[in-house]
Amino acid sequence: MVTKEQIIKWLKLAANVMQENKEWLTQLDAAVGDGEHGINMARGFQKVSSHLPSVADEDIGSILKSTGAILLSAIGGAGGVIFGTFFIEAGKVTSGRQELGSVDIAAFLKAGLSGVIKRGGAQVGDKTMVDALAPAVTAFDRSLEDGADTTEALGQAVAAAQVGMTETTHLVAKKGRASYLGERSIGHQDPGATSLYLILKALYDAV
Amino acid sequence: MKKLLNKPEDFVRESLEGVALAHSDTVKAHFEPNFLYRADAPVSSKVAIISGGGSGHEPMHIGFVGKGMLDAACPGEVFTSPTPDQILEAAKLVHRGKGVLSIVKNYSGDVMNFQMAGELLSSEEFRFINVLIDDDVGVKGGLSTQGRRGVGTTVFAEKICGAAAEDGYSLDDLVTLCRRVNLSGRSMGVALSSCTVPASGVPTFELGDSEMEVGIGIHGEQGRERMPMMNADSITELLSLSITEDPAYKRSLPEWDEGTCTWIDRKVTSQPFKPGDRVLAFVNGMGGTPLAELYVVYRKLFEICREKGLEIVRSLVGNYITSLEMQGCFITLLKTDDELTRLWDLPVKTPSLRWGI
Repeated sequence: MVTKEQIIKWLKLAANVMQENKEWLTQLDAAVGDGEHGINMARGFQKVSSHLPSVADEDIGSILKSTGAILLSAIGGAGGVIFGTFFIEAGKVTSGRQELGSVDIAAFLKAGLSGVIKRGGAQVGDKTMVDALAPAVTAFDRSLEDGADTTEALGQAVAAAQVGMTETTHLVAKKGRASYLGERSIGHQDPGATSLYLILKALYDAV
Repeated sequence: MKKLLNKPEDFVRESLEGVALAHSDTVKAHFEPNFLYRADAPVSSKVAIISGGGSGHEPMHIGFVGKGMLDAACPGEVFTSPTPDQILEAAKLVHRGKGVLSIVKNYSGDVMNFQMAGELLSSEEFRFINVLIDDDVGVKGGLSTQGRRGVGTTVFAEKICGAAAEDGYSLDDLVTLCRRVNLSGRSMGVALSSCTVPASGVPTFELGDSEMEVGIGIHGEQGRERMPMMNADSITELLSLSITEDPAYKRSLPEWDEGTCTWIDRKVTSQPFKPGDRVLAFVNGMGGTPLAELYVVYRKLFEICREKGLEIVRSLVGNYITSLEMQGCFITLLKTDDELTRLWDLPVKTPSLRWGI
């Protein structure tokens, strides 16, 4: 079971992790994009973190939705829409909840993924955050089927996200600014996939 | 990298404050959400035109707000698209019931944020239509990429549609006009140096003294290929030929559908330039290249156009779409006709483009 307190802890942790990895993410982005991803993600999650006290009395769905809305406007760019959509869609399926069972986590990961695909149009293999998120969703479901508890399943999801993130290095970008590079995008890890991995890792560390 | 900067996080806001103070007769600034709008908005007799994009490209778009061009511009963070709340509030403030044309450059972030704004505005009483600009021939690979980016043709679209709105065009006519302008323009750019995002403090990429990046984007994203540095005439030839020799460009371009509030794919074609065409010619500096060098480029562009049978009827030379302090330039050619040239000539009064008034 994941409690509301753990969700709040996750979001605070994510803000710290984004701050710590700001320069790394920005360097990854400079190689294939325009070098602002880390700065924008850190700014967005900082704002989420400072906003948490005012939503602490609300349910998990509301907290996740307001997180998404803040990310949307505070990150800006494609990243704001994509990461904002992930949290808004996750918030919609956890509406009214004070704690989440493993099935709820599975539902929110799935809702987040389908929202992101619908908005951004990226498929697996396009060198985007979907390449980390999609295998994480699959790994989480599979672990539950194998009898794992929430924490174990999250561990498997994070491991799958990490593999997906690392493998983006070998892909040709087909979406976003990196796609302008074509073959020249090979050899660079996708910054969005990296951020998604860090966010999931923070969730695992929080529970 | 030294910059005239206080705190990086205050850069966009402070710059917006400065524009509003320097041109208080023309524009006003709105904060949280950030946008710049015409001092006399809403103008009741016309369709409103808005645009927006990342900061760091000034004067685009905030320098183009005023009579005869944009009613509002939404600046995002540096090289980051604006967010739906900015677009929403700007549209609501400047419209007067005749609808809003929103001119969007084809970058994934801009497209997604304007798309969300369009969805959120669909419940409002006024019409809001997004039109995309995708004119950068530097992007290779067609469907395997995000498609061509929006660059120089954006300035033509904003000026020409802005004039047409003052002239009484309806929203539907403006949408048709804006799409036609987009299909008539092509751009190609080169970077001679990188740029430094204020919050990052280090150059986005490294470029050696003897190298140049051809087919560069306006955000420091790398271009089509890295080549040895050449002289001005050879660079101008390389850029202009990429434009004049570009074959018909067919693609599915997302067009905003008001019924479903989504982009629907429509097959469109930009026809190649051919001898006898009249063109508007634009040599744009990226921020760090002296005007004198841009005129060296224009001189050669003029010669090439003459050889190709293209008649330059109007020209624009200067820093209009910048990438912070990047050195380099973009060339844009737009096939024109009597209607487009007349609209280009109509009066405009904005902080950065001003004539006839």
